[in-house]
Amino acid sequence: MLIDWFTVAAQALNFLILVWLLKRFLYKPILNALDAREKRIAAELADADAKKAEARQERDEFQRKNEEIDQQRAALLTKSEEDATVERQRLLNEARKESDDLRTKWQEALRSEHQSLSEELTRRTREEVFAIARKTLADLATTNLEEQMTDAFIRRLHKLDSAERGELESAFKAASTPAIVRSTFDLPSAQRSAIEGVVKDVLAIETHVQFETAPDLVSGIELSANGHKVAWSIGNYLASLQKHVDDLLNVPPKAATKAIAPPEQQANG
Amino acid sequence: MRLSPDDIIFWQYGFIKLNATIVFTWAVMLVLAVGSTVITRHLSTGLKRSRWQNLLEIVVTAIQGQIEEVGLSQPHKYLSFLGTIFLFVATASLCTIIPGYEPPTGSLSTTVALALCVFVAVPLFGIEEQGVGGYLKSYLKPTVIMLPFNIISELSRTLALAVRLFGNMMSGAMIVGILLTITPFIFPIVMSLLGLLTGMVQAYIFSILATVYIAAAIRTRQREPQPEPGGK
Repeated sequence: MLIDWFTVAAQALNFLILVWLLKRFLYKPILNALDAREKRIAAELADADAKKAEARQERDEFQRKNEEIDQQRAALLTKSEEDATVERQRLLNEARKESDDLRTKWQEALRSEHQSLSEELTRRTREEVFAIARKTLADLATTNLEEQMTDAFIRRLHKLDSAERGELESAFKAASTPAIVRSTFDLPSAQRSAIEGVVKDVLAIETHVQFETAPDLVSGIELSANGHKVAWSIGNYLASLQKHVDDLLNVPPKAATKAIAPPEQQANG
Repeated sequence: MRLSPDDIIFWQYGFIKLNATIVFTWAVMLVLAVGSTVITRHLSTGLKRSRWQNLLEIVVTAIQGQIEEVGLSQPHKYLSFLGTIFLFVATASLCTIIPGYEPPTGSLSTTVALALCVFVAVPLFGIEEQGVGGYLKSYLKPTVIMLPFNIISELSRTLALAVRLFGNMMSGAMIVGILLTITPFIFPIVMSLLGLLTGMVQAYIFSILATVYIAAAIRTRQREPQPEPGGK
């Protein structure tokens, strides 16, 4: 007999005990461990997803901030460029103004220097002319300058036309102060009395003539009363000389060149 | 000639006896229980775990996967019963490499006990799922005429389960024994390897058939609310 029924019952019981044992010590712990691991992995994945989302959010935030900073930087750059342009313009204007001021000052100084030079030249010329004239007269005509000038003045008074003479008369009459004769140099008494005499003769008035020396008077003698005056001076000659000198100095370079060109070229021209 | 380890009796008192089948069954039970206890004592729930835990997890999830593949939607419910059948039969076969060991599944008493357990478990699971009436009605399907055939089928498949396993295990042990007397070198080793393979295949067949029977008992009800497409 292959089947022993006691053994069958015992084996069935053994099998059921084994089912319980394995359920208790194998399946349950293993399944629990698997479930726990699955939960843990799921939690970790969820955590990773959350972190990923957070990281994405942070990245977006970072990008946004970056863009903001870029924009701010660009704005600052533009502003500073504008400021620099304005500042540059201001500095340029200042520099131009300073330069204009300097040029004006310089031109002013030049003009004033030119004027003083001109005055000095006039003075020196006058002195030289007087010196030359005096020496020439003394050497050639054995006479002096003062006498000749007085004579010239007297001649001038004699040559007055009737209109001028009338105006002068009325001026002398209206004058409260005596007529004044100014001269560059101190007139000798002979010349003084000669002038006084001529005034009385020509103008036919009794007046007292007062003599003054005026070194700044342009080389000559003048008679003045109540705003009218009659004068003789070399001022006109000097003015003419000055004009010639000025013309010569102010000749443009081209004209000057032409002026010194050879004669045949002038003839051809 | 000894056909079954039942014949090796260590102790007997009247009807009660302690034969090699029972003793080796205890041994297998001891190995399984103690091994499981030792390994599962310090289970890790993290990603790092011991090799033995890994092995047990693979075994358990593989069994669970097989049960699910057959069609049982809640495998953990049947895991204890079906998994134990597989592990017991497989371990009993694997231990044949130990000299002096007699596989308890080589005894018809053991295989009959296992088949009877399946025979009882199938209606129990069926009744649990669809109630007594619902389960009993499944014997009348498709028609009442099929009732005797269904009952015969139930009995015969239980018998087939028992005899198939017994035949295979017994023949394996028997062949190795016979060959040892004829060609004591090399060839018995090859046959032992073949016996191991046969044992594993039988463990798989036994547990998968039990699963199929249980699934059939449960699925009868599950199919009802779903009319077949096209009225076929």
